[in-house]
Amino acid sequence: MSASLDKGVRVLKEVIDAPIASYFNSCVHCGLCAEACLFYTETGDPKYTPIHKLEPLRRLYEQEYTLLGRAKKALGLSKPVTDAELAEWQELVYNSCTLCGRCSVVCPVGNDIVYMVRKFREGMSASGNAPEGIKGAANRTVTLGSPMGVKLPAVKAQMRHVEDDTGIPIPLDVEGAEYMVMLSSMEIINFPEYLGAIAKIMQQAGKTWTLCSTAFEATNAGMQIGNSDLARVIVSRIVDGAERLKVKTVISPECGHAYTALRWEGANLVGRPFTFEVKHIIEVLGEFQAAGLLKTEGKETDRLTFHDPCQLARRGGVIQQQRSLMNQVAANFVEMPDAGFMNWCCGGGGGASAIEEGEELRLEAFKKKKSQLDAVKPDRLVTACANCRIVLEEGLEHYQMDIPVIGLTEMIAEHIPEQGA
Amino acid sequence: MNELQLLTWARGTGLDLAVAIFVLGVIWRLIEIYSLGRKKDLSAPRQVQGASGWHTVFRRSVPPPGMVKKSPVSYLGGYTFHIGLAVVVFGFAPHIKLVEGISGLSWPGLPSQFVDFVAVVTMAAMIVVLVDRLNKPVKRYLSTFEDYATWALTFLPVLTGWLAVQHMVLPYTTMLALHILSVELLLVFLPFTKLFHAFTVFGSRWFNGTVNGHKGVAV
Repeated sequence: MSASLDKGVRVLKEVIDAPIASYFNSCVHCGLCAEACLFYTETGDPKYTPIHKLEPLRRLYEQEYTLLGRAKKALGLSKPVTDAELAEWQELVYNSCTLCGRCSVVCPVGNDIVYMVRKFREGMSASGNAPEGIKGAANRTVTLGSPMGVKLPAVKAQMRHVEDDTGIPIPLDVEGAEYMVMLSSMEIINFPEYLGAIAKIMQQAGKTWTLCSTAFEATNAGMQIGNSDLARVIVSRIVDGAERLKVKTVISPECGHAYTALRWEGANLVGRPFTFEVKHIIEVLGEFQAAGLLKTEGKETDRLTFHDPCQLARRGGVIQQQRSLMNQVAANFVEMPDAGFMNWCCGGGGGASAIEEGEELRLEAFKKKKSQLDAVKPDRLVTACANCRIVLEEGLEHYQMDIPVIGLTEMIAEHIPEQGA
Repeated sequence: MNELQLLTWARGTGLDLAVAIFVLGVIWRLIEIYSLGRKKDLSAPRQVQGASGWHTVFRRSVPPPGMVKKSPVSYLGGYTFHIGLAVVVFGFAPHIKLVEGISGLSWPGLPSQFVDFVAVVTMAAMIVVLVDRLNKPVKRYLSTFEDYATWALTFLPVLTGWLAVQHMVLPYTTMLALHILSVELLLVFLPFTKLFHAFTVFGSRWFNGTVNGHKGVAV
């Protein structure tokens, strides 16, 4: 056994817990999880059946944690997990799984398959079997501060642009602000309108907010790759920043996995409950709307539909707020089939979009989104995740579908009347 | 050993052994699985009605929207043979007598003609799901020797029981002995194969419901 495999196996043995043991013992090989996975439905290849993506982990569980499995192992009757096997499984654990969690909600015996994939990635990463694309993103986040290599000067430049455009000052490192706003690199580089939108919305709501110079990047490639040590470093920055500035709430940007990393994994990574709240921007907008702090003018009249980011809706429980927000500013909002809790993934979440060699498969899987869109034929597609947005744009371009994609926050902000107007 | 001796052994020593292995096996396996524990979730919970482990234990018996259409045989076949097995095992008067003899517990049985009919339907459903397993690429791909062996272990008691009642193929005594032996085989293997899902299904649904319920997601 190589040193890296040994390390990977050790990590896997550590992550196996009662839920995983229960799940493996419950699987009856009914294959229904395949029907919930867009990588299977769009390719028809049974190797993409979600539970099959965990086969090495299952065998290791059996060999290490069951009496019969240990006996079989001692007698040399079981097939050990090998380096070559884990290398082969990289495509199944990363490229063809976006941690979207559809499989986990259809499994009749109740197996939370995506919970297991997330844990399996810990061992894959420790044994050196994570894809280069996500490894690079994780390393850049740790060493430079963001997965795309964006540093503070770039954020400051963006702040100045937004201040010039909107005439609203963008606060940085303001102690005692109610909200600390996080960004994703994607928003800093590709969608700067997000920051401008936040400025307008906060101004109208009369809320204090700030960016943080030591923690502006919310995305967590450490979590996507399955390396809790890296994920902890990235989350700790945010925790330190939020505690230094004594903010009440940290706002996760329009990025699904950043939300999961901070909202649900964060406290577990740092080993203690947070002293502040974490909310996705859509949750905050929902609260503003409910409190009457979100006053908009006019409505979009073209046909709009909403793509639910998996981590926000199915894995995050935020489903109604985006609909209510859409209805405030859209006169012609139509729902795609399976929208909301059972929405289909864009195909690039959970780090998958960072994997270059997975592009072909990703585009193949995008046929599911295409069929959802074909069913309602929208003029524009709204979402609340910068990563979904990029992946959707790539897919739409590939299939020559002329449907612009926009962020919900920025669309809301466009309907906020100019201050003093 | 003649057929009467075989029946006597099956009803006596055989049954004692099988039940002992079954009971100890189930206890052992439950401890082996659930004593692994899990870490406390330190993230702040979000309470939502309907999102909990217990909700999922029950809710997961109902197919999610659109899924029956995607795999009708899995759902309809699955429901039919699971309910059928429960009816045959717990509704057949001689089975109730056996339980009464051991534990004193008793409940009214179902008309034997009805149980007869259910047994046939159950076997038919099991054959259909087996054919589906062989035909559907995903199921065939996932299936191992254990999947087919456990199918046979479940099918044989129904078949031999039904044949015994019908007085078909073999003399009643022999068929009854075979029926009891096949049940014993099922009891012995249940804790150590995927048939153990009969127990862990509740734990799995509960964990899934609890972990996601913590996030305010009703799964």
